[in-house]
Amino acid sequence: MTEPMIEIENLSISFGHGADRVDAVKTVSFSVAPGESYGLVGESGSGKSTILRALAGLNPFWSGHMAIAGQKLTGKRPRALRRLVQMVFQDPFGSLHPKHTVDRILSEPLAIHGFEDVETRVRAALERVGLGPSFRFRYPHQLSGGQRQRVAIARALILEPKVVLLDEPTSALDVSIQAEVLNLLTDLRQQLGLTYVLVSHDLGVVAHMCARLSIMRTGDVVETATADDLSEGRLLHAYSRQLLIASRGYDTAAIAAFGDF
Amino acid sequence: MDKGPILEVDKLNIRFNTPVGEVHAVRDVSFSMGREKLAIVGESGSGKSQTGRAILGLTPGKVTADKLAFHGHSLLNLTPPQWREIRGKRIAMVMQDPKYSLNPVMTIGDQLLEAARGIKQGAEARQHALGMLASVRIRDPERVYRAWPHELSGGMGQRAMIAMMLMAEPELLIADEPTSALDVTVRLQVLAILDDLVKTRHMGLIFISHDLNLVRTFCDRVLVMYAGQVLERLTASELEQAKHPYTRGLLVCPPEIDHRRQRLPVLQRDPSWMEPVS
Amino acid sequence: MTDWAIAATPPRWRRWLLAETPQSRLQARLSRAYLSWVAFARNPLGMLGLVIVTVLVFLALFAPWVAPHNPLAGDLGYRLLPPGGEHWLGTDQQGRDIWSRIIYGSRTTLLIIFMVAITAAPVGIIIGASAGYVGGKTEAILMRLTDAFLAFPKLVLALAFAAALGPGVENAVLAIALTSWPPYARIARAETLMVRSTDYVAAARLTGASDLRILFGHIMPMCMPSLIVRVSLDMAGIILIAAGLGFLGLGVAPPQPEWGAMVSEGRQQILEQWWVCTYPGVAIFIVSLGFNLIGDGLRDVLDPREG
Repeated sequence: MTEPMIEIENLSISFGHGADRVDAVKTVSFSVAPGESYGLVGESGSGKSTILRALAGLNPFWSGHMAIAGQKLTGKRPRALRRLVQMVFQDPFGSLHPKHTVDRILSEPLAIHGFEDVETRVRAALERVGLGPSFRFRYPHQLSGGQRQRVAIARALILEPKVVLLDEPTSALDVSIQAEVLNLLTDLRQQLGLTYVLVSHDLGVVAHMCARLSIMRTGDVVETATADDLSEGRLLHAYSRQLLIASRGYDTAAIAAFGDF
Repeated sequence: MDKGPILEVDKLNIRFNTPVGEVHAVRDVSFSMGREKLAIVGESGSGKSQTGRAILGLTPGKVTADKLAFHGHSLLNLTPPQWREIRGKRIAMVMQDPKYSLNPVMTIGDQLLEAARGIKQGAEARQHALGMLASVRIRDPERVYRAWPHELSGGMGQRAMIAMMLMAEPELLIADEPTSALDVTVRLQVLAILDDLVKTRHMGLIFISHDLNLVRTFCDRVLVMYAGQVLERLTASELEQAKHPYTRGLLVCPPEIDHRRQRLPVLQRDPSWMEPVS
Repeated sequence: MTDWAIAATPPRWRRWLLAETPQSRLQARLSRAYLSWVAFARNPLGMLGLVIVTVLVFLALFAPWVAPHNPLAGDLGYRLLPPGGEHWLGTDQQGRDIWSRIIYGSRTTLLIIFMVAITAAPVGIIIGASAGYVGGKTEAILMRLTDAFLAFPKLVLALAFAAALGPGVENAVLAIALTSWPPYARIARAETLMVRSTDYVAAARLTGASDLRILFGHIMPMCMPSLIVRVSLDMAGIILIAAGLGFLGLGVAPPQPEWGAMVSEGRQQILEQWWVCTYPGVAIFIVSLGFNLIGDGLRDVLDPREG
């Protein structure tokens, strides 16, 4: 039994104090094997993105146990750990610095970690995500949404991480571009042996990209299932079933039966 | 109740001046609609939003058309007083995010009353407003009437927005991605409300969206736009038999839960799609 | 997507600058600068302001060649001559050519604005951005410090400095700069608060960027547009303060020409020989207006308030 790449046990995250306290994540546990793609599905406020940001080290205020590649995580993140975990953000318009060229966006992480062959690595990174060298000196506003997201993926991969966290990577993209980006992510995972944690509100995307998934609602994991369970409609919890039905499209009879959770 | 078309658009063109030259955002778009649910589907840059806004004279671009008529009356080159008679009163618009389309410093009730200004007054207006909130399935109309926009969730805010737009009982509603910012279950509930209202009030609905799979289950007819032109027009039920490769591409590329594939089919953009449609 | 829609074909150098795929860092930077320039140039008032300031800089740089007469020594036989003839704007009580004195006075004006801008702006942006980024007690302390300096009226502080250290350009610049940086700190802090929660800053932190790198490389560049606009608009105020100091006899020592001082010197003759104090006053007005117009034009380009 190989050691899990990601181990999360009794993770709890809350914001604010006293009367304003919000328990965004309530004792969540799951583990992800190396090379696996794990999904976190839920609607807004479910806590799925909060978990991802804590895993990424963007939020130091959490309690419980988290480990990546056997290394226990604490509130602080040493620079070496940055090379292990990277993230692709949801909004391609907001995740690239508007005043930096693509070249700068990609070479900065290399400079921070003291890499020598910056030139070759930047060119290789662009090629790997399907962008030619002509994109190197463009500014983000000169790129389309899909191209920006590819740059974001290139940036995430340039430090050669083992784990890539994907926060709704295609929600802001047109459906035809989404297909390209999802295919790219699938190819990269196979080529580079990456482990993914994918967060999305779209059951279709999660079913396509992930083998296993957790369905979340207001900070709790409502159900854990496999993608096969999803495609064969084998969900147990009423909320999960409602989510599945809602994903199928407009159906007056089904909507009439919707409950409030 | 006339059965003829309520909106007729013939060769609509919208052009923008930019530092790099003139951009022809909408090219020779023509369609007509009656009291039905018409979807205009396209990806970003297709010109679908601009088309919707041009009907209400809200686009900053230059609008030219052979015909743009609402109930036979031309909507081209109207003066501001003439627009005031139409906007909100006969043609209304619901936009994507209630966070940005609701006035944050007015209560919902005040905004509803403002929408009915000139049509209803005083206690009658208030009753009408509460009735509208009830018709969008808000369970506690009194509370929402007194609430501020930031106190409402996305779904509630969008329902309040719809109520506001229907205060003056318009005949045509243009909805620009009205459910894209909402959660999946809330999205369907809001669509059900729209469906209901359109049926009971015999309104026309133009539903602008990027989600072809959503509109095929909701609307009667679909116009597919690409690069400023209408590439294909069909009824929702015949979408499976779509002929244009772009439409077929849009239909197959989203991931499907029931039918999982290793790789998603990728849309091959043919440059000939950008050429003027005959 | 725009390729098919563009109707005109611009000349070769324009095409290089507008290229969708720049080949080098330099081309990318120049391209961006060019587009900003085009946007600015569309505003006629902004261009007017630019013309005014360019003329000012030209006069200041080429004063020895442009000025028709010696600004420091005058012929007492030609005192208080009205405008016209050899002396375009007349002469003052000591027979010195007013036009030449205005030209040389532009040097002092330009020097003061420049010195204030390069001292106050960096100080303001560093304090404000650091406060906004670090937050907590540091932010509170820095912002209260900012408030304290903001409370000092510029002119009064300048007077105090002059009284303590003696008159002179350096002291004037110091006094003005000390009271000019707080608004820049406020602006920088406001922008920083907006920027620090963006995804691109989060991404930078994720790649292991240090706080200093994020502050200088990611956050400060985003503060620049509002700051540039504010500094341009402030120029007019600084000119007026400098003129005020000159008027009160602080600032440049005579016989060096300074517009404010010239206005003061002409006070006695304002009714009969009005040109002695009016023309320097007009110069102050025109240059202040020029900077205001540039600031407004820059605001539309760099910091647009979209509806």
